[in-house]
Amino acid sequence: MASSQASEPSAEVLKDLHYRMVRIRHFEEEAGKLMEQGKSPGALHLYIGEEAVASGVMVHLTDNDQITSTHRGHGHLVAKGGDFKKMYAELFGRETGYNKGRGGSMHISNVDAGMLGANGIVAAGPPIAVGAAFSNKYLARIEGRDRMDVAVPFFGDGATNEGAFHEAANMAAIWKLPVVFICENNGYGEFTPQAEHQAISDVADRAAGYGMPGVICDGMDAVAVWEAAGEAIERARTGGGPTLVECKTYRFVDHVGLRGIGLHYRTDEELEEWRARDPIPQHEQRMIEMGVMTAEEIQAVHDAVMADITESIEFAENSPLPDPADLLNDVYTPTAAS
Amino acid sequence: MTAADAPAGRQLVYTLAITEGVRQALQEEPLAFMAGEDVAGAGSVFGIYRGLLAEFGPDRVIDTPISESGIIGLAVGAGATGLKPIVDIMFMDFIGECMDEIVNQLAKMRYMFGGKATLPVTVLTMSGAGMNLAAQHSQSLEAWLCHTPGLKVVMPATAYDVKGAIITAAREPNPVFVVMCKGLMALPGDVPEEPYTLPIGKANVIREGDGLTIVAHGRMIHEATKAADILAGEGVSAEVIDPLWLQPLDTDTIINSVAKTHNALVVHEAVRFGGVGAEIAAQIAELAFDSLDAPVGRVAAPFSPVPFSPVLEQTYVPNAERIADEARRILGVG
Repeated sequence: MASSQASEPSAEVLKDLHYRMVRIRHFEEEAGKLMEQGKSPGALHLYIGEEAVASGVMVHLTDNDQITSTHRGHGHLVAKGGDFKKMYAELFGRETGYNKGRGGSMHISNVDAGMLGANGIVAAGPPIAVGAAFSNKYLARIEGRDRMDVAVPFFGDGATNEGAFHEAANMAAIWKLPVVFICENNGYGEFTPQAEHQAISDVADRAAGYGMPGVICDGMDAVAVWEAAGEAIERARTGGGPTLVECKTYRFVDHVGLRGIGLHYRTDEELEEWRARDPIPQHEQRMIEMGVMTAEEIQAVHDAVMADITESIEFAENSPLPDPADLLNDVYTPTAAS
Repeated sequence: MTAADAPAGRQLVYTLAITEGVRQALQEEPLAFMAGEDVAGAGSVFGIYRGLLAEFGPDRVIDTPISESGIIGLAVGAGATGLKPIVDIMFMDFIGECMDEIVNQLAKMRYMFGGKATLPVTVLTMSGAGMNLAAQHSQSLEAWLCHTPGLKVVMPATAYDVKGAIITAAREPNPVFVVMCKGLMALPGDVPEEPYTLPIGKANVIREGDGLTIVAHGRMIHEATKAADILAGEGVSAEVIDPLWLQPLDTDTIINSVAKTHNALVVHEAVRFGGVGAEIAAQIAELAFDSLDAPVGRVAAPFSPVPFSPVLEQTYVPNAERIADEARRILGVG
């Protein structure tokens, strides 16, 4: 568990955590509706329910720190400061999107802010994050800096059964790279419950096999994530090597979309139990009790986010589609020689 | 500059040309590093990286765990964030271990991100049969890579070309696979001491002729040249072309040659079905059909894993005699 010596979050941090979570929740709810109304193409894997994880981690990161994401990646980009206009435009396949409509939901990225992409392949992110962390260590060395930028791969419980995860964790540990592995354990690898896909209940147990610390935190509590991730990120920045942080969380909606595809793989009781621990009202209640924000101020945050969303969806819908003549652009980086 | 233009001078064997290519790539680019299995302390199982650790130190020449996915992932992540990775996959057969990182990450990241990522990654790997290393250490899998948009693929078969290919790849802002040929490791050739590059996507015309075009790549260019010698003794003038770059492919040089010779034979060591030769033959059929006096011929490995037993392996790998036989059949002579 995270150190009890970690400092308490300031009012600013509490508000920041809240703002990031609210942005994710509303972005995702509206994105899900757009998909199910047939207004945006393709399939969306929504982050609803898991907002505390991305938000609790991302508060500690700057644009120089990198993350890799998953197929459920909108929340990570939103929490890393994603612009709603460019995000919705990407979901609509428009030229104004983050990826100019070439990637869509499953590959949405913002390299300029260190967001190295959502990824359609489970466990593809950790090896890439290890590469980014290698760069961070290499560049800190040649630039003579003590503190390193940090790379943070997000992945699920299911990803920890993939060989790529194992290879990445091992490499990060032997080279003491500035990586913090964030496992979003939502209890299911797609539709298969964790108990059926691995013989452990705590993914953090796997850390011992790599010789790195393993930490468990409540992934429904933004402050708990903030505390655990903060300690691990600071250790990584200062050369202490990687940590595996397991955040116990839950997805409130189905694997795909809001309504899902009608499979009955989890009970209504289980869903209700987790919904009662919704990270946003929980956090809001705490802030009200602490006197950090009033109910009115909290409502104003929701309203402002919704206004941004309305404007951004309109922007996306009215944005130009890619020109089919540009189909082959960007397969390769152009060079004078080729 | 091609091998034919290079001033006759210093000779290096293929393996030492590899070493010199990597050494000069590391010397000229402080953001370049080399990583792979046993590349540092051991200098590779093929001895091709000997001395690099001593010269550049453990921060830049790095032994990795036996983790091919991890190695390519390292290259993707480091390449996308400012470094110039040169990584080694010891035997080409091992790319099966890291095909996701190659095909879904390395090759596609730039495109998927709308052109907002650059992947200046060099992958060095050793291919080919002939050393009795059996089915999992002898394959020529270049077709797998050529079928993947986003990758460039070069298959150098001389000491000159392998050094030039490595330096070219290291200076490229795109992922380049340098597929080396283990059967050529002891092959000497003229190699200039200074760094030099190869024009990307430009074929080598190894030998000029006007009766038949033989397009061969990798180790097979040497067998094709021997076959051309045999055919010359029979009055047949064969032109031998080494595409060198399989992606992008120098279609123009091949088509222009076929327009001159009116006959074409495509040769490679990889399995014939779905091999790069099938693409070359299709392009000749599409673009030079009216020039052809006979259907395009192909000589390649049969549809089988590479066998171990030397007698079987010798039967499996194409050679000059078989190339000459197929040439005679196409030409209706002998």
